Amino acid sequence: MTERLGIVVSASLEGGVVVRLEPGVSVEEMVVGRYVAIQGQRHRFFGMITDVRLEMTDERLASAPPEAGEPLLASVVSGVNTYGIIRVTPMLTIGGDAVTILEGPQPVKTIPAHFSPVELASERDMELVFGQENERNFHIGNPLDMETKLCLNLEEFVKRSNGIFGKSGTGKTFLTRILLIGMLQKSRAVNLIFDMHNEYGWQGTNEAGPPVKGLKQLFPAAVAVYTLDEENSVRRGVKVDSVVKIGYDEIEPDDIALLRQTLNLTELAVEASYQLRRRFGRQWIQRTLELEDAEEVRGLLEETKIHESTFQSLRRGLNTIRRLPFITSHAAEDIVPKILAHLDRGVNVVLEFGRYREIAAYVLVANMLARRIYAHYQAQTEKAMAEGSSPPRPLVITIEEAHRFLNPEIAAQTIFGTIAREMRKYNVTLLVIDQRPSGISEEVMSQLGTKITCLLDNERDIDSVLAGVSGKSELKTVLARLAPKRQALIFGHAVPMPVAFQPVSYDADFYARLAGRKAAGKTEDLEKFW
Amino acid sequence: MALVEGGLTISSPAGKIAEVIEAQTTLFTAQCYELYGLPALGSLVRTGDVYGIVASAATVPLEAGRRPVALGHDVATEEAVFRENPQLGRLFRSEFSAVVVGFREGERVYQYLPALPARIHGFVYLCGDEEVRTFSRSLGFLETLLHAVVAVPPEELVSASLRQMSRKHADPDAFLIAAGKMLAHLLSDDYPRLRSILGRLR
Repeated sequence: MTERLGIVVSASLEGGVVVRLEPGVSVEEMVVGRYVAIQGQRHRFFGMITDVRLEMTDERLASAPPEAGEPLLASVVSGVNTYGIIRVTPMLTIGGDAVTILEGPQPVKTIPAHFSPVELASERDMELVFGQENERNFHIGNPLDMETKLCLNLEEFVKRSNGIFGKSGTGKTFLTRILLIGMLQKSRAVNLIFDMHNEYGWQGTNEAGPPVKGLKQLFPAAVAVYTLDEENSVRRGVKVDSVVKIGYDEIEPDDIALLRQTLNLTELAVEASYQLRRRFGRQWIQRTLELEDAEEVRGLLEETKIHESTFQSLRRGLNTIRRLPFITSHAAEDIVPKILAHLDRGVNVVLEFGRYREIAAYVLVANMLARRIYAHYQAQTEKAMAEGSSPPRPLVITIEEAHRFLNPEIAAQTIFGTIAREMRKYNVTLLVIDQRPSGISEEVMSQLGTKITCLLDNERDIDSVLAGVSGKSELKTVLARLAPKRQALIFGHAVPMPVAFQPVSYDADFYARLAGRKAAGKTEDLEKFW
Repeated sequence: MALVEGGLTISSPAGKIAEVIEAQTTLFTAQCYELYGLPALGSLVRTGDVYGIVASAATVPLEAGRRPVALGHDVATEEAVFRENPQLGRLFRSEFSAVVVGFREGERVYQYLPALPARIHGFVYLCGDEEVRTFSRSLGFLETLLHAVVAVPPEELVSASLRQMSRKHADPDAFLIAAGKMLAHLLSDDYPRLRSILGRLR
């Protein structure tokens, strides 16, 4: 692995390092994207090949190249008068000074000296950069065209809100499943997953074969599946822990505001909902919908100064909500404490939506539940701070179709916008999954710690994902060249540098590895207690 | 056994072939003991501890100014001319000049100019195969040859010496490629010259 490729002949921090290849090294093996290490005088640099070029010492070689009858000339000039040049973008320093040794790879701030030898990054270099699989690091895949494992420190990962992006069908769901399993195994965090398409809880679909196992099948004790659609879940053979019903009295005007576009409400109608809430209290939806008597309605409208058409618009919207089958006038059981109890015990919660995949249902339920759970976390954290006791277990809330919650228009109103902005102040972070990142508010995007993106081909989506990242134009090229399936680019807080990688296969081998690790993990945990 | 002995004879240093009659730091001229006893262009020769590469040769009358006359009108072969005029062998001399390319000091060979030129009347030896191989392990002499100021074009001189040397190596092609690479470095900005030298190695 430590074959010398060449030596540094020129460099600049902006333009990268120019390396002249050794005569014996074939230009064709220098694939763009490969990782190399440069042993400078004081630092060891880690970088990526970003360009390959052929050069010659004398321009006249190009006009009169060696002919077929001149094999000696051809073999003599190759490597001497004609040679390969690679351009390496240095990314990290991975050894040499105290900081790097103590704190791991650091961003580059200088360049290697002239004639520093350049070699392919060794296994050890890779481990320094991409992490080593251990009790904190989870193997999520392999850097493209490489055997090396890319391991993510999930304890570090969950400290911020994160995003997974990619066009539909590029493998977002598989990637999410892998990350969820990683968090479940390697971090203290507990997950709450709003599973719009019933992909995570019991089993998931697979375009290319039989269904794949969901979290509950792999970790029965650590996962609870809740459903909004019992009938559907039972039909799919899911072992449901709880059925969720939502009462009108749990819905707040804030939730309606969030659904303004989905329910086709006017601004005034949303405004009216706040007035009605003030007037009727918790029962406001039911009371509003039950107003049949024209006289009563007129009285109400006069009193509240709501316009007739606005009122009717609001009622139409509320009726749409009422038609959602999981909505009842009053839920027999408040589901939130039950979910919280699970989360407190470290049990991950997946909420399946069954057949109710319309966006209105998803946004309403996710926002409502998340709001109440977040409030609980906030109270608990504040209490813990005041009493000096330990804060609640970190919570990661996974939402799909994130642009519906986090678009610039409503990001300020939804609880998810708040969570994304406040980061981990209250030990709650988000895992947002979306195919149209350009729809998400810039402010929220900028707060995401680690972003993982599969192929995107819309210019605006690419720009929004890469906004604010250094080396954007290079990453853009990498992103555009990802295969349409099972390849992704990760960058941000949890990784020392951007890496294009191939996620691990989610198959029988993967399950087997998990099972093995689980067994090992148990004994380890026991040892810790002793 | 005979074969081995024969082999040894060939590889052992040949006897003296000439004597230095003029010496400068960069060049020495030697007169051969035999008429036409000239070493080939580009051969490695040694006098004392000084190594040279044969760079030019000439056969001239012993007395300057005396021109030979045609003698072969009535005889059938060129050999017969000499047979019938035995004095001819004494009236002409063969001389060659060698570019100084290095020297030895004890066991070590240095491929740059010696501190002192060769000595007059020093015996000149044609280096044997082993000595050539030892000397050509390093290729620094090529630079000296490229810059030598002699009547023969340096390209001819370099290619002739490499042709001579390659024959003494077990793998002539490998030797030529290594030497070619060295030349390519030296002539990195003069591709036509490199090409003309390498073209003369075929």
